[in-house]
Amino acid sequence: MNTFSVRRVALSAVAVLTVGLTLTACGDNNSGTASDSGGDTLNGGGATSQANAQTAWRGAYQKQNGGTINYEEVGSGTGIENFTSKAYSFAGTDAFLTTDQMTAASKACGSDVVQVPAYVSPIAVAFNLSGVDTLNLDSKTISDIFTGAVTKWNDAEIAQQNPGAKLPDTAITPVHRSDESGTTFNFTEYLNKTSGGAWSEAANTVWPASAKGGQGADGTSGVIGLLGNTDGAIGYADDSAVKADGSLGVVSIKVGSDYNAPTADGAAKVLAASPPAAGQPATSMATDIDRTATAKGDYPLMLASYLLACSTYSDSTTADMVKGYLTYVVSSDGQQAAAAAAGSAPLDASLSKKATAIVAKISSGS
Amino acid sequence: MTATASPQRTGPGKTSPETPASRRGDRTFAAIVRAAAFTILLALVAVFLFLAVEGWQGLTAEEAVYSPFTSFVSYIWPLVVSTLLASAIALIVGVPFALAIALFISHYAPRRLASVLAYVVDLLAAVPSVVFGLWGGRYLAGWLQPFHVWLHDHLGFLPFFGPGPPSPNGRSLFTAGVVLAIMILPIITAISREVFLQTPRLHEEAALALGATRWEMIRYAVFPYARSGMVSGIMLGLGRALGETMAVAMVLATTPNMTLNVIGTASPPTIAANIALNYKESTPERQSLLIATGLVLFVVTFLVNLAARWVAGRNARKLAR
Repeated sequence: MNTFSVRRVALSAVAVLTVGLTLTACGDNNSGTASDSGGDTLNGGGATSQANAQTAWRGAYQKQNGGTINYEEVGSGTGIENFTSKAYSFAGTDAFLTTDQMTAASKACGSDVVQVPAYVSPIAVAFNLSGVDTLNLDSKTISDIFTGAVTKWNDAEIAQQNPGAKLPDTAITPVHRSDESGTTFNFTEYLNKTSGGAWSEAANTVWPASAKGGQGADGTSGVIGLLGNTDGAIGYADDSAVKADGSLGVVSIKVGSDYNAPTADGAAKVLAASPPAAGQPATSMATDIDRTATAKGDYPLMLASYLLACSTYSDSTTADMVKGYLTYVVSSDGQQAAAAAAGSAPLDASLSKKATAIVAKISSGS
Repeated sequence: MTATASPQRTGPGKTSPETPASRRGDRTFAAIVRAAAFTILLALVAVFLFLAVEGWQGLTAEEAVYSPFTSFVSYIWPLVVSTLLASAIALIVGVPFALAIALFISHYAPRRLASVLAYVVDLLAAVPSVVFGLWGGRYLAGWLQPFHVWLHDHLGFLPFFGPGPPSPNGRSLFTAGVVLAIMILPIITAISREVFLQTPRLHEEAALALGATRWEMIRYAVFPYARSGMVSGIMLGLGRALGETMAVAMVLATTPNMTLNVIGTASPPTIAANIALNYKESTPERQSLLIATGLVLFVVTFLVNLAARWVAGRNARKLAR
C-alpha cells in the first residue's frame, strides 16, 4: 500500500515536472527566435507540401536579409483561413483560391490577392513488386487498379503494355492517402481527365468511397512506408519522397504515344504550357493544369502549390518583407534552392519572370 | 501489507470526531478537495460545451462537406463501428492478460519477481502512443500477418474474418486492437493487482482451510472482493481504447467503406484517429464536422461506460443472491 502510493506520487511528480519543463522549453524557444534576429517577423503558413522548400527558402532569405520568416505547416485550408483573417501575411496553398475564397481574401487585403506558383512537383506512381523496377501504364489501367477492377499484377491489361516484364501472380494492393491531401486532389484530377471514363469520381482532396479494396495511409511518409513493407502494393506520392526512399519501382505514365517517367522538367513544362484559370484577377497566376498535355517529355501528373499575398499592405515593413521574400522564392535562385532541398521542379523561365513582375508590384498603401 | 491496509478500510466519513483545534484545518482541507472535484467537472462540461457549440454546424452542413459520403450519419457510422470493434478487440485480448498478470504478481510470483514485474508493467504505461504506433505499424503488423491468414482460412465464415481477402501486410483493425490491448494492459493490471492485494488475508485463509485449491480460493475469495476494482480498471482501459488516436492512425490502413471484417485489407479509422488524420488539411466546414464526430465519440464513450457498469452491476447483484 505504502510503496504503491509513494510510486504514485513520484510518478505524478515526474509528470508535472516534465510538463513544466516542456512548457518552459517551448516558451524559451519562441522568445529566442523572435529576439535573436533582432529584425522584423513575417508570419505565414499553409500547405504541408511546401514544408521542405519553405525551410530552404527561409534559411537562405534570412541569412541574406535578416529578419524572421515563419511558415507553419498547418495545411492549405487553415492557411487560407488564417490569411483571410489576416493572422498570416502570406500563405501557401495546394489548390488555387476559388472565386468565393478570392473575394473574401481580397476584402481582407483591401486589394487584389497575389497568387503565384512557388512549388511545382511531379507526383510519382510508385510500386513494390519484387523483380520489377519500372512499368508502363496508361491512365485507364492506373484507374482500373485504384478502383479495384484490376486485382492481379499479371492482368492482361498490365501485361500488354509491358511485354518484357516478368509479372508475378501477386495481388495488387492499391495505397491511397487517408488524410485530406492536395496530392490526392491532383492524382484524382489527372485520372478523371485522362482515363476516358474509367475514373468517374470528380477530383477531390478526400479519397472516394467508391474505390474498393485499397489501403489508406497517413501522409506521404505513411504511404511510402506502407508501400515499402507490402509486396504488390502501388500508390502515389510526391516524386521527391519516392526518390528519397529509393527502393520502390516507378510507373512511367502514358503521355501521347510515349511512356514518361516523372521528371521535374516534364512537370515544369506542362505548367508553363497550361492555360490560366478563368475568373482570376490579373495578380493571380492560377493555372488549370493541362492533364492531357502530350508534348514530348511532358509529365502532366503533377502538383502546383501557390503562395498567397496581398498586393498592398498597410505598413511598409510587411510589404517590403513579403515582396523581398516572394521575389526570392520565385526567382531562379529560390527555385533551384527548393529543387536541391525538396526535389521540386523549378519554374520555367517565362513563369518565373511573370511571377517576379507580379510580386514586384506589392506595395504599402493603395 | 494487508496488515497496514486494514485500518484504512474503515472507509471515509467514519473517522472519529477530532479535537476542536483541528477543525479549521479540516474545513480548509474539505474546501480544497471539493474545489478540486468541481474543477474537474467544470473541465468536463467545458469540453462538452466546446464540442457542442463548435460541432453544431457539422451536423447539418451541405452534402459536399461529408465527402466521400453525403450525410452526417453515413459519414459517422463506419467510424463508430470501427471504434467499437477496435475497443472490443483490445478488451478481449487485453483483459485476460491483464488480470492474469495482476494475479501472478499478487498471488503467485515470489515477492522479488513480483515487484520487478509490477515495475516493468507500470513502465509500459509510460511509453508514448506514437511509439506504440510506429512499432505496431512497422513490426507487429508484419508478425501478425500470417495469423490474419490463419484466421481467415479457419474462421472466414464469421463476418469479422471474411469474406474479403486478409490484409497483405497486417495493417488491420485487428493489429490496431492488439496494440490497444498492450496500451490498456498496464492500467488494468495496476488497479487489479492493488485490489487483489487488498483481499483480507482471513478470507483467503478461510477458503484454503475449507479445502479450496489455490484457484478456488482466488475464485471465491479474491474475485468477489475485487470485483468493483477490476471493473473500474477495465472501464479506465476501455476509455483509453475508445479514445486512443495516434496508435490507431499509424497502424491502421484505412478505407472510407464500412466493414465488420477486422482482418481485411483496410477498415475505416476510429473516430479519434479520423479527427487526427483529417484536421490539418480541412476547410472550416470540415473542421466543424470533425468536432461533431468528437461529440459523437464523447456520447458513445459515455453510453458504453454506462452499459458496461450496468452489466457489471447486474452480475454483482446476481452473485449476491
